[in-house]
Amino acid sequence: MTNVLGRLDFDVIAKWIKPGEKVLDLGCGDGSLLRYLRDEKGVLGYGADNDPANILACIGNGVNVIQIDLEAGLSGFEDGFFDHVVMSLSLQTVRHTERLLAEMLRVGREAVVSFPNFGHRSHRKAIAAGRMPVSESLPYQWFNSPNVRFFTMADFEALCAERGIVLRERLGFEGDNIVTEDLNLNASIAVYRLGRAAQ
Amino acid sequence: MDTSTNSVGEVAPQRARFDAPLTLSGGAALPAFELVYETYGELNAARSNAVLVCHALSGNHHVAGWHAGNPKNLGWWDNLIGPGKPLDTRKFFVVGVNNLGGCFGSTGPMSPNPASGRPWGADFPVVTVEDWVAAQARLADRLGIEAWAAVIGGSLGGMQAMQWALEYPERIRHALAIASAPKLTAQNIAFNEVARQAILTDPDFHGGHYYEHGVVPARGLRLARMLGHITYLSDDQMAEKFGRRLRQADLRYSYDVDFEIESYLRYQGDKFAGFFDANTYLITTKALDYFDPARDYGGRLAAALARAKAKFLVVSFSTDWRFAPERSREIVYGLVHNGLDVSYAEVESMAGHDSFLLDDPHYHAVLRAYFEGINT
Repeated sequence: MTNVLGRLDFDVIAKWIKPGEKVLDLGCGDGSLLRYLRDEKGVLGYGADNDPANILACIGNGVNVIQIDLEAGLSGFEDGFFDHVVMSLSLQTVRHTERLLAEMLRVGREAVVSFPNFGHRSHRKAIAAGRMPVSESLPYQWFNSPNVRFFTMADFEALCAERGIVLRERLGFEGDNIVTEDLNLNASIAVYRLGRAAQ
Repeated sequence: MDTSTNSVGEVAPQRARFDAPLTLSGGAALPAFELVYETYGELNAARSNAVLVCHALSGNHHVAGWHAGNPKNLGWWDNLIGPGKPLDTRKFFVVGVNNLGGCFGSTGPMSPNPASGRPWGADFPVVTVEDWVAAQARLADRLGIEAWAAVIGGSLGGMQAMQWALEYPERIRHALAIASAPKLTAQNIAFNEVARQAILTDPDFHGGHYYEHGVVPARGLRLARMLGHITYLSDDQMAEKFGRRLRQADLRYSYDVDFEIESYLRYQGDKFAGFFDANTYLITTKALDYFDPARDYGGRLAAALARAKAKFLVVSFSTDWRFAPERSREIVYGLVHNGLDVSYAEVESMAGHDSFLLDDPHYHAVLRAYFEGINT
C-alpha cells in the first residue's frame, strides 16, 4: 500500500471517506489529513485542536480549524452534522475516552479512530521484563508521554460492545504491513470504522 | 511608503460625499452624507486586493501611519498594518473609514442638520451596524471596489465584518471577526446603559444640544469611559498592572487619588472626554446593543448566517469577558452548520478585551498566516 501522507492510517481513513463528505478531524495537528481529503476528495473538512502551534499550522495550510478543548466535549456541534468524525492517533491522549467516543457518534454518522495498540507483542515483552514499553508506536517515556490512556484492541472492542458501538471495519498495522492474524498481538497500530447500532 | 520602519508613513485623510439619500434602520433618511477615510497601499489592476478595516466604539478612519506634523499620532491598528506587517500593504490596499454618526469628520451629530443649519446634536438619527455597512458599501462603489478581499474588525468592528458577509455576500471574500460577538449579552447592554446614563444625566448634556451652549458633558463622558476601561481589562491584568499600589507613600483619608488604578481611570476618562463626542458615544453604544442578526430568525444564528458566503476567521482572547470566547464560538458553530469555511483561534492573553489591539506574537502570527492565504 502507498503511504501518501507519510502516516499509514491516513491512507485507510481516506479510503473510508467518500467524495464531498463533511468531516471533523479531532486532534487534527497541522491539518495534513484534511488538506489531503479536501484536495483529493472535495471533502468539507474542519479540524479541531487545542494546541496554538497546530491552529497556526492549519491556517497556514489553508485548512479550517477550530480551537477547542476536546476534553470539554463537542457540545457546540449539532447531532449528525458530519458524515465522519476522525480521530487519528489521538484517542489515547484524552482522559474522557468514553464520553468523547459517544460525542463522536452523536455529531457524526460514523467515527474513524486509530490508536497505538498497547497489546502488541513488543509491548507485552517490555512489560514482562518489568519496563513500560517504548516503541515506534509508543515513542515516549512514561514521564513525558502525552498519552494518558493505555489500552489494547481487545480492551477497546470490549468497551464498544458494552456501549452499543458497532465495529464496521477494523485494520491492524505493524510498520507498513497489514496484519492479518491475531491483531491484538501483532498490530502496533489499530484503525477502526465505528457506527451506532440501529435503534 | 517607508518600508524600513514597516510603517505606511505619513498619510492624509480623504473625504467622499454621497448625494443619494440613505434610509436608515430606524426609518429616518439622511438626504446626503460624507465619509472620511484613509487608504494604504495600492489597489491592484483587478481591484481584488482591497481590505476594509472597521473600527470599534472609539476608533476612526486613522488606522495606520501618522498625519503630517504629528508623527506620534499613530493609527489605532498601526501594529497590524504596514509593509511587512501581518496585514501587508505591499500586497493589500487597505481602507479605514470613520463611520456614520462619528465625530472624526464623517457626517454625525456635530455636522450641520440641513433642516436647521445648526449641528444635528441629539437629533442625529440612531444608526446601526447595518447602516454603517450600507454607507461603507457606497464608499466601496466610489473606490471601484466590487468585492473586498477581506473585511476585518475587532469588537464592534467584527460585527461590521459579519454584517458585510450577511448583507453583501457577493462583495466580501473573507470576514475576520476579532474579539466580537453575534449579539451583546444582557450584562454587556447593561454596561452600555450605565455609560449612556452617565452622559444623559450630565447637566451639561442639554438634551444633546450642548454644542449651542458652548459646553460638553465631560463628566458623563469621563464616567462612561472609566466604566468602559474597567470592562476592557481582565481582573488579572488589572491586578498585575496596578495591584493595590498607591500614588503616594500613605493613604490620604480623602477622596483624592489613593490608588494607581484610580489615577489611571481618571486619566483615561479625562483624555477621552477631551476628544470624543458624547452624542457619537450614545449612538455607537446603541448600534452595539441593537446588533443581532439572529433576531429575525427566531434567535437562530445559523439560520441568519445561511446567506453568508465568505470564508471566516474568528479570534477571541481567553481573558476577554466583555466579548467572551463563548460568544465567538457561537459565530463559529453558526458558520460550521452552514458548511462555510471558518477557522477559530482562542488566544491566551492576559489583557482582556483590549488584547485585540495589542501585538501578541501568536495572535499576529495567526492573522499573518490568514492574510498570506488570501488570493488577490
